[in-house]
Amino acid sequence: MRRQLLFTALGAAIALTSPLAGAAGDELNFDAYREMLADGNPAELLEMEGEELWRTARGPKNATLEQCDLGRGPGVVEGAAAQLPRYFADTDKVQDLESRLMHCMEAQQGIPSAEIINGQFLKGERGKLAALVAYVVTHSKGKPIAIDLSHPRVKEMYDMGERAFRYRTGAMDFACSSCHSQDGKRIRATQLPNITKPEGAAEGWSSWPAYRVSNSQFWTMQHRLWDCFRQQRTAEPVFASDVTIALSVFMAGKGNGAEARWPGVKR
Amino acid sequence: MKKLFLALPLALGLSGASADELQTRVEQMMLDSFKANGIAGLDRQKQDAVQKACSGLTPPDAETMKKLEAAEMATIKWPTDGNFTGGDWKEGQKIAASGRGLTWTDKTADNNGGGCYNCHAMDPKEVSEGTIGPSLEGYGKLRGSSEEVVKYTWGKLWNSKAYNACSDMPRNGYGGILTETQIRHVMAYLFDPASPVNQ
Repeated sequence: MRRQLLFTALGAAIALTSPLAGAAGDELNFDAYREMLADGNPAELLEMEGEELWRTARGPKNATLEQCDLGRGPGVVEGAAAQLPRYFADTDKVQDLESRLMHCMEAQQGIPSAEIINGQFLKGERGKLAALVAYVVTHSKGKPIAIDLSHPRVKEMYDMGERAFRYRTGAMDFACSSCHSQDGKRIRATQLPNITKPEGAAEGWSSWPAYRVSNSQFWTMQHRLWDCFRQQRTAEPVFASDVTIALSVFMAGKGNGAEARWPGVKR
Repeated sequence: MKKLFLALPLALGLSGASADELQTRVEQMMLDSFKANGIAGLDRQKQDAVQKACSGLTPPDAETMKKLEAAEMATIKWPTDGNFTGGDWKEGQKIAASGRGLTWTDKTADNNGGGCYNCHAMDPKEVSEGTIGPSLEGYGKLRGSSEEVVKYTWGKLWNSKAYNACSDMPRNGYGGILTETQIRHVMAYLFDPASPVNQ
């Protein structure tokens, strides 16, 4: 019931403040109603679902995720997302929040990672993982992004991410850099952050995951990167694959020090 | 001095990985991290000469650029009957406005849009226009329709890399994004005095 009320209110708000109504120049941005929604972000509903999932015994092992180590010790959620991706000795991998949660779900609850990797966004266990993301990131809201680039494995991923960012390929010769390496550019009416600069990288990294008003969906960073590649006309990136981690480390690392605004609100 | 100490473990961590080794691993990652889905096959993850040369922090040197451009120029298919601009600007408008096609959610590799408005201003009355490419408002009116201008525009639409190897613009004709007929419609949209672009 609460969900329905909230969405109705949201619809009304958008109707009143459509950014394209008589739009020109600066009016094409989305900041006005992003600000308006900041106190009533529908992602809060998912955050509650995620908190519940964190504490509920599930999976073949009938366990909770309360012993999951997101990098700040078992069960510590506070500030964890702001320091991810990071290197984890137990998996010998650099992991982002999503791949780390996926690891915890398998290790502690017995939910096979393959089910998530081969699944679809917003559905099944991958959908549940997104709710957990909403819960975890909320506990880093307002915290500075702090990626440990002094760790050689993290720095290595950063370097690979920087190259992947400029890797032109696919049916239209695009790379991430085709759209995200200049200041003040737009695709249609959508403003594009310049991710080659710290401010732009921070803008990109700190505003996803986000609730998308245009389709009433909560999108994680994995989901967002997946859709970037779809629009780039590449083949489909595998969930939590190296390229997604490398690009995340590059973006987060370049944005180091900026304040996390998770979860965001996006068009 | 402090910088030196910080840099040392990084170098060790890469186990002496040179820039070339790193590049090889990135190329492997760009293949291994992806899977084929529908019309978007893994062949898309392999770079051709232009894509490879234009993925660095800086563009290639002038000589390399020239060589690449000459090779791309040779791929342009010019209209056999000399009909460059005889398309329908109304069809061209639809093609310019549509950004659809060639993703893994598209069923077939034809009937694509040109996605022109994603990056260019064209019809002065359209407000939802991208800014990555230059404005094309008043294209034919401002540039006229000399043989040189018309030929250049056809070539640029067919294979933008023939004129700038590292152009951000897709290779519409060469890449099979648009058909010859569709390119002729877009040409009409740019040059026809009746087209909204020239109002």
